[in-house]
Amino acid sequence: MDLTHSAADEAFRAEARAWLRAHVPPDPLPSLETEAGFAAHRAWEARLAADHWSVVNWPAAYGGRDATLVRWLLFEEEYWAADAPGRVNQNGVGLLAPTLFEYGTEEQRARVLPSMATGEVVWAQAWSEPEAGSDLASLRSRAVRRDGGWLLSGQKTWSSRAAFADRAFGLFRTDPDRPKPHQGLTYLMFDLRAPGVTVRPIARLDGKPAFAELFLDEVFVPDEDVIGEPGQGWRIAMSTAGNERGLMLRSPGRFLASADRLTHLWHTRGSPQSTRHRVADALIGARAYQLFTYAAASRFLDGESIGPESSLNKVFWSEYDIALHETALDLLGVEGELADTDWSERYVFSLAGPIYAGTNEIQRDIIAERLLGLPKGRR
Amino acid sequence: MRFLLDAEQRAFADSLDAMLTAADTPSVVREWSRGEHAGGRALWSRIAQAGVFALAVPEAYEGLGPRPVELAVAFVELGRHAVPGPLVETVTAAALLAGLPDPGAAKRLLPALATGEAMATLAWTAPYALDGDAATTHLALTPHGLYLSPGHGPVRPSLDPARRLTPLDPGGELLSPDPPTAQALAHARLTTAAQALGVGLALLDRTVAHVRRRTQFGVPIGSFQAVKHRLADAKVALEFARPLVLGAALTMDPADIAAAKVTACEAAYTTARTALQAHGAIGYTAEYDLSLWLTKARALRTAWGGPDACRAEVLGAARPGQDRVSGDRRW
Repeated sequence: MDLTHSAADEAFRAEARAWLRAHVPPDPLPSLETEAGFAAHRAWEARLAADHWSVVNWPAAYGGRDATLVRWLLFEEEYWAADAPGRVNQNGVGLLAPTLFEYGTEEQRARVLPSMATGEVVWAQAWSEPEAGSDLASLRSRAVRRDGGWLLSGQKTWSSRAAFADRAFGLFRTDPDRPKPHQGLTYLMFDLRAPGVTVRPIARLDGKPAFAELFLDEVFVPDEDVIGEPGQGWRIAMSTAGNERGLMLRSPGRFLASADRLTHLWHTRGSPQSTRHRVADALIGARAYQLFTYAAASRFLDGESIGPESSLNKVFWSEYDIALHETALDLLGVEGELADTDWSERYVFSLAGPIYAGTNEIQRDIIAERLLGLPKGRR
Repeated sequence: MRFLLDAEQRAFADSLDAMLTAADTPSVVREWSRGEHAGGRALWSRIAQAGVFALAVPEAYEGLGPRPVELAVAFVELGRHAVPGPLVETVTAAALLAGLPDPGAAKRLLPALATGEAMATLAWTAPYALDGDAATTHLALTPHGLYLSPGHGPVRPSLDPARRLTPLDPGGELLSPDPPTAQALAHARLTTAAQALGVGLALLDRTVAHVRRRTQFGVPIGSFQAVKHRLADAKVALEFARPLVLGAALTMDPADIAAAKVTACEAAYTTARTALQAHGAIGYTAEYDLSLWLTKARALRTAWGGPDACRAEVLGAARPGQDRVSGDRRW
């Protein structure tokens, strides 16, 4: 067992820190979930990419630095400690890119990844439908065969970033005659500005259009935008859910930085006794999440898959994040009500954590059934 | 960076687990609770032969230590099997004696602790010492120094019947007027944290087995979400306590250890509450073996620094805004 990083890894960390010190905007960008903020965050992605800091763990050929998982973790610690802007292309980088690395063709990777790395193309996810949320496999949007491609029809919803994004990826039913709901689904990418696509932004709790409904009416998707084999979409979408992606959805660096900011806030407010316990727990939770992730990364580097363990991770960070931000708003007192602060922006964002990427109820079912071995039952 | 137990450390845990499983610890615990120590002493010798106490005793005094990671690994197993006795106290006494400026007491007392011939208890942060009626070496840390106490007073019962609390008699031989205590407290909290983690893991295992077996309304109660989700939450709590315990053993940083102590003890206690609820009335009986772990989860929470003391240690170490470099800034 060893928690120290190599000199080379520490040098990488120092290089990242120096770059971030020199380049992180001194004032926070406008909210990512507004038109102006989206554009500002997209420009920030281009700035990161120009010096190969936007996707450090990707191969250099696509704009990365071939960084190991450990270096990615160190980069994230520095990134969030520097109070750098939120990542507008997280859906693409965190969800689509790992799928392309595993199931995409060389042509798809060469075409899709470089513009994702620079933020030139920002990606939205298109999983949920009005009648298919936690029961995602019951989705009804379909893709019908057409010469050289597919025609998409149906409705997607809760599509994060879709209000201002360029392209989207998701699952569509290509074979409605299969006996089980998760069969006959296909994973594909499409253009949000293609003919037949209507994007209706949805205001989240604070009124900002953080997600959207997508109405699809015979939207043409060429064969080159199908990922993997048609009909294998469920397996492809789920197989990356448990491995590296589960580990990379939220880095410990975010929470170490948030706990730091909370502790600073607590001190500036006179270190009140009433919140002492909760501030300590924020510090402890960030350290626990860091060490849990180091252990998972070590197993991953040994060639083990992470699997249903990523559900432990998701329940932990999503509830942790809310508790931390509730503590911050309580510390702010009457100012905690103000909606135009970084704390309130992050608080509102945290509230969605237990809902997206598989609700925490679904995650607890996975923990109970796959990690503890309890019998399946009615949900 | 490689934050995983190695094959040898895992094999050590497995061999302790096998030995303790074969030893029928629940009946040993029940005898111990009645003040009958024969079975407990025999088990103590076997634990010592496996090298557990030697891990806290430096090589200069015929031990193998200090080896905090292996100690943590061992104490998870001791907690998992609800092993009775002043386990934490013996390790803590070893760390305390090993750190005395004058090596005389260490030379005299440590070798027997390493071999298991002696069993130590210690009164320090509490007015009682654990299992003074069974211990052979009684240490009292007072404002005037560290004493080898001449004996112990009457047993007061603990909420955990296997923990027999005894005041120590005043006076005795002064071993050191001003002993360094940091390493001893670190060992006490670390091993208590590891023991609590083991207690929590055992409670979860036994409860999972119960809810798979127990049927109501024609199905196993473990198929109900109300049951599943509480057990899932216990699993989350324990799996996030585990890396804190192992990380603390590796760094021996006081704030890491305090974080591990409060988190492992809270996780074990939460799991105990869930275990009791999921078992229903049978879990509320002294007769059913679950009680051996349920009551220990409560007692460990306040032993060697309760939640407030541990959180204070963490807050005192926090350095918000400073650069994070491995080995340099953890908090």
